[in-house]
Amino acid sequence: MNILSFFVIIPVLTVVAIGYTKTMHQTRVAAAIGMGIQLLLAALLVFLYLGERGAGNTAEMLFTYDALWFPSLNIHYYLGVDGISVAMIALTGIVVFAGIFASWEVEYLSREFFISLILLASGVFGFFISLDLFTMFLFYEIAVIPMYLLIGIWGSGPKEYSAMKLTLMLMGGSALIMVGLFGIYFYSAPEGQQLTWNLQEIAKNRIPVEMQRFLFPFTFIGFGVLGALFPFHTWSPDGHASAPTAVSMLHAGVLMKLGGYGAFRVAIYLMPDAAQEQAWIFLILTAISVVYGAFGAIVQKDLKYINAYSSVSHCGLVLFAILMLNQTAFNGAIIQMISHGLMTALFFALIGMIYGRTHTRIIHEMGGLMKVIPFLSVVYVIAGLASLGLPGLSGFVAEMTIFIGAYQHDDTFHRILTIMATASIVITAVYILRVVGILLLGPIKNDHYTHLTDAKWYERISTITLVVAIAAIGIAPLWLSDMINISLEPIMQKLATATSSFRSIF
Amino acid sequence: MNIQDFLLMRHELVLVLIALLLLIIDLGLKPANKRRILPVAIVLFLLHTLLGFFPNDEGVLFGGMFHSSPLILMMKNVLNIGVFIILLQSYGWLIKEDNKEKMSEFFVLLFSTLIGMYFMISAGDFLMFYLGLETASIPLAALSAYVHHRTKSAEAGVKFILSSALSSGILLFGLSMIYGTTGSIYFTEVALRITENPLQVLGLIFFISGMAFKISLVPFHLWTADVYEGAPTSVTSYFSVISKGAASFMLMLVLYKVFSTILPVWQQILYALSIITMLIGNLFALRQNNMKRFLAFSSIAQAGFILLGIMVGSKLGMTSVIYFVLVYIFSNLGAFGVVIAIENATGKVNMSDYNNLYKTNPKLTLLMMLALFSLAGIPPVAGFFGKFFLFTSAASAGFYWLVLIAVLNATISLYYYLLVVKAMFINKSEEPIPYFKSDWVTRTGLVLSAIGIFILGFWSQIYEWITRLSVGIL
Repeated sequence: MNILSFFVIIPVLTVVAIGYTKTMHQTRVAAAIGMGIQLLLAALLVFLYLGERGAGNTAEMLFTYDALWFPSLNIHYYLGVDGISVAMIALTGIVVFAGIFASWEVEYLSREFFISLILLASGVFGFFISLDLFTMFLFYEIAVIPMYLLIGIWGSGPKEYSAMKLTLMLMGGSALIMVGLFGIYFYSAPEGQQLTWNLQEIAKNRIPVEMQRFLFPFTFIGFGVLGALFPFHTWSPDGHASAPTAVSMLHAGVLMKLGGYGAFRVAIYLMPDAAQEQAWIFLILTAISVVYGAFGAIVQKDLKYINAYSSVSHCGLVLFAILMLNQTAFNGAIIQMISHGLMTALFFALIGMIYGRTHTRIIHEMGGLMKVIPFLSVVYVIAGLASLGLPGLSGFVAEMTIFIGAYQHDDTFHRILTIMATASIVITAVYILRVVGILLLGPIKNDHYTHLTDAKWYERISTITLVVAIAAIGIAPLWLSDMINISLEPIMQKLATATSSFRSIF
Repeated sequence: MNIQDFLLMRHELVLVLIALLLLIIDLGLKPANKRRILPVAIVLFLLHTLLGFFPNDEGVLFGGMFHSSPLILMMKNVLNIGVFIILLQSYGWLIKEDNKEKMSEFFVLLFSTLIGMYFMISAGDFLMFYLGLETASIPLAALSAYVHHRTKSAEAGVKFILSSALSSGILLFGLSMIYGTTGSIYFTEVALRITENPLQVLGLIFFISGMAFKISLVPFHLWTADVYEGAPTSVTSYFSVISKGAASFMLMLVLYKVFSTILPVWQQILYALSIITMLIGNLFALRQNNMKRFLAFSSIAQAGFILLGIMVGSKLGMTSVIYFVLVYIFSNLGAFGVVIAIENATGKVNMSDYNNLYKTNPKLTLLMMLALFSLAGIPPVAGFFGKFFLFTSAASAGFYWLVLIAVLNATISLYYYLLVVKAMFINKSEEPIPYFKSDWVTRTGLVLSAIGIFILGFWSQIYEWITRLSVGIL
């Protein structure tokens, strides 16, 4: 059996096992074991992948597995990974594992909680390993729908409203994707030949430019909704703020990356002509996302809202980089996805832990936490520094690469947008340092806080896993960007075939 | 007639025999033992369903009035499966004291409508088609009014028979125009003489309007909610899946066989109909509290989706319609099964009664959730595949904007399906429906629909089987 199939089988088996557990303790142990195995599997995949590449295997996709599913529509169950998907799988493995430990204390319907959480994870893993547009879309929707229950049942605040808003907006996005996919399918092969959903096969063919012009906006906006593309980002702050800790982690950390990855793999890769022509529209939107998200974060008082807006900003940067359409920026986009995934998961985990102690998320009601819960506070500072792009942590590598890529365009239009987007780094520093100052430093505002206890063992597992990954990317970014770079080759070649060149209103 | 001819119409003959047999058995039973008819009827129908799967040749009877083919056989089998599940799910209701006296009538009436649908689908001319249609409708009116001491049930019966008569009138008017212009009622002959002659187009419009009543397409849907609400819930579920499914099959067959030369004309009509049907069905479903009315409007919206496949006119379109109806039967029966079970146990049919159902009846709740997700088209359950293939077929004809409207409508529908999920999982309740356990027959029915909801999607052989038998406009 192919190693990739296990990424779907293990979560499903875990779900079944959890179904048979009796007590809350058994449930969470089962979940932890299942996702622990999944994390090990992801690590194994990274080593196997690097080994294959080291041995000189130059195929575009490795570990492919192909089974015909619906012959009459030529739908396959087709799996395969390249450097980009391997990196995303590793990210998902880490975040899910950390998420299980961050939700160690979920008591209400804990079995159902972990089942929904792991089902969601299985959808994400499935999405990253599939190369058939049908199965990809299937897993995409599987990843979206458990969100409703997770936020609606275990969330806080206006949870029902947020859950419904999030689900409907994301499903609306997937409606757009669906239209795009149908168009891609019916133009996937030259007249008279067998149509296909296979991503690689479609890439060999050139979709007629008029169709690309029509389909690209659907596909890009559809995935963009999940990637928090302005003005379709509004589900994100509400959803993240209402969601329980692990769900915020998984959602901001991994699920939003489905949007970026999909926009990249499907929209840009398969429709390079339209991408060249229409990039400017979306570049403007993403630049707004980046700046607007950062400004939004400044004025928020609730920790989760601050982080949700900062996610809009950082995910906007991912789409921004993708639309720059050059190798350096692509590389930066992928690293940014991983880096943001890790640090936002860490943020949300910490916010959940702090909230569990202080029972408030309003920053002005807290203060001086560094003195009482030093471990969590230090980790919070690390996450903050990663977020504002301090060298040595992952955020720096990602943002540097993106801006170098963006700066390679020497026309005025790109320059202006690049400078705008770069300004977001400064704004990020403002809101991160503001929170650190109010929340962690200064006098202790509330006497009760003196009795707070620092992180428990499971919380330490959760946070340390993420911190190690963030630092690893920051200190040794080359192995990651090398892994990604090789896999960008086919995409760059495809882009080079585009006859349309960049156009803008300017 | 030789044995071969008998085999061609074996579905009809066997079911007539079963209906008569049940009447005779009922005569022989003592009043105290009337309930024994129930297992007999269910077992006989199961045998009939299984028998239906034996392959059959293509053939024509009665000089072209009746014809049969593997495709038609499959459509009948699809309906049979649905009816069988309905029978199982109705067990708990039928066994009640109220129905003791008239149990056999339920089966005879139900089987009569099914026979009508068989004849309708097998029709080779408009006369047989109309006979089948009426045979299918009239017993349904009696079934709607089955609980005669309840005003709403009686009202439903009257409403249905009146609107049904009106629609039949419209239909006949259209058919007479077609007869008048082509000089024939045989499908094969009419097909040769259909042009874009205004009178024929008018006939087509009247024909589609008449069928739209049966499928409850907007603006011919006004009877639906009231009848669905008033009729006994088992009958409602029959209305919503079998009656609708058969009428959709028939509309598709006639359009493909008879009106194939004027494809663009009826494509336009169906295009408009499907958009308003989806939209109105969805918008009205948003604010329903009664589960039966809720499912009524949701089924109107689903009918709008079915049109998407019908209007394509290709083999792909027909496949996706049959597959969608099959999936829809299982999903809708899953939802109705739960409604029936809860109504039997507690008499409650409102969405607000379902608050916090998960706490007391987790299994029923999970089935309901799966069924609703399937109706909304959420993977991994079968509804996703049904909708996806339906939309694929519509996109194959280049209807991208229509597909966009349809998928956005599917998103709207998700909203109200999620309202039920929300009620069952999230809303708090002072007095939730207490735990209850249905009898094993009803549970078998529920389990069957759950299995269908799960495997119909993943098991691609079913879709391929339908593909092999489907035909498009040549």
